[in-house]
Amino acid sequence: MTLAEYRGMKPATGEGAVAAPAHREGAHPGPAEYVKIGLTLAVITAVEVAVYYIDALSDVLIPILIVLSALKFSLVVLWFMHLKFDNRLFSTLFVGGLMLVATLFVVVLATLGGKLV
Amino acid sequence: MQHAPALATNTGLDNRKLLMWLFLASECLFFGSLIGAYLLYRDRSVAGPYPEDLFDIPFTSVSAFILLMSSVTMVLALAAIQRGDQHGLRVWLFTTAFLGILFVSGQAFEFTEFNREGLSLSTNLFGTTFFVLTGFHGAHVTVGVLILMSLFVMALRGRLTRAESLHVELAGLYWHFVDIVWIVIFTLVYLIQP
Repeated sequence: MTLAEYRGMKPATGEGAVAAPAHREGAHPGPAEYVKIGLTLAVITAVEVAVYYIDALSDVLIPILIVLSALKFSLVVLWFMHLKFDNRLFSTLFVGGLMLVATLFVVVLATLGGKLV
Repeated sequence: MQHAPALATNTGLDNRKLLMWLFLASECLFFGSLIGAYLLYRDRSVAGPYPEDLFDIPFTSVSAFILLMSSVTMVLALAAIQRGDQHGLRVWLFTTAFLGILFVSGQAFEFTEFNREGLSLSTNLFGTTFFVLTGFHGAHVTVGVLILMSLFVMALRGRLTRAESLHVELAGLYWHFVDIVWIVIFTLVYLIQP
């Protein structure tokens, strides 16, 4: 089964081939939304740095920083890289890479005795 | 959104964009390995200087902010070309490249300061893993700046029209990836210390 058949599309060559698709995807956000996301990212970065300097939060510093970092990462990937709006295959590829990295981290750090802190 | 006509593909997607995402997935592993090596070896140095002796968090925070804002200007450049705004495209491409140069300059300054404090690639395990990780990231930013400047020159010559918006989109994907790698490095390397 070809990928096109798997995805319910017509094959690109041979009988029933689709004529040259210029790729068409979901509409991307406008400049105003990008600026809003940018401001959100700036605020999160400021919070990260502020949290770093607050002694009272030292016990929960690592989880807070990891959550904030993951939030920034997701905002950039979903909105600026358009994974929220583009074809799911792109997300699958990228998330596949991230899953491999996560596996690599766990295996390497567990095997060789590394730690996050 | 409509891009320049591409050859028919089995996926119905433009192969250039698909290839860029495959490349970025492979880059995840590349930087993941370097970050993993850093986390593994940073506190196994038998001699200083150590991270806590050198890191200047306020300075690095400004660098991180600059790179983050360059992602905003990059996506504004894409929005500009997609609506046929040539002036906006040139302004935002140039701004993004400028912010990228600022970031690399900051990194060069930081490397120089660390070297003056006695840290080199071969001083200890922290130095080796730190310089390799952040050095490769800086090299990626530098390549990104070169791509952006090339696009800027193309835009100035009128060779980057709405029909070629995919070029800007692909450059943007690379640039945003470099940014998200720094988001991770900033947290795991600079803010979370043993």
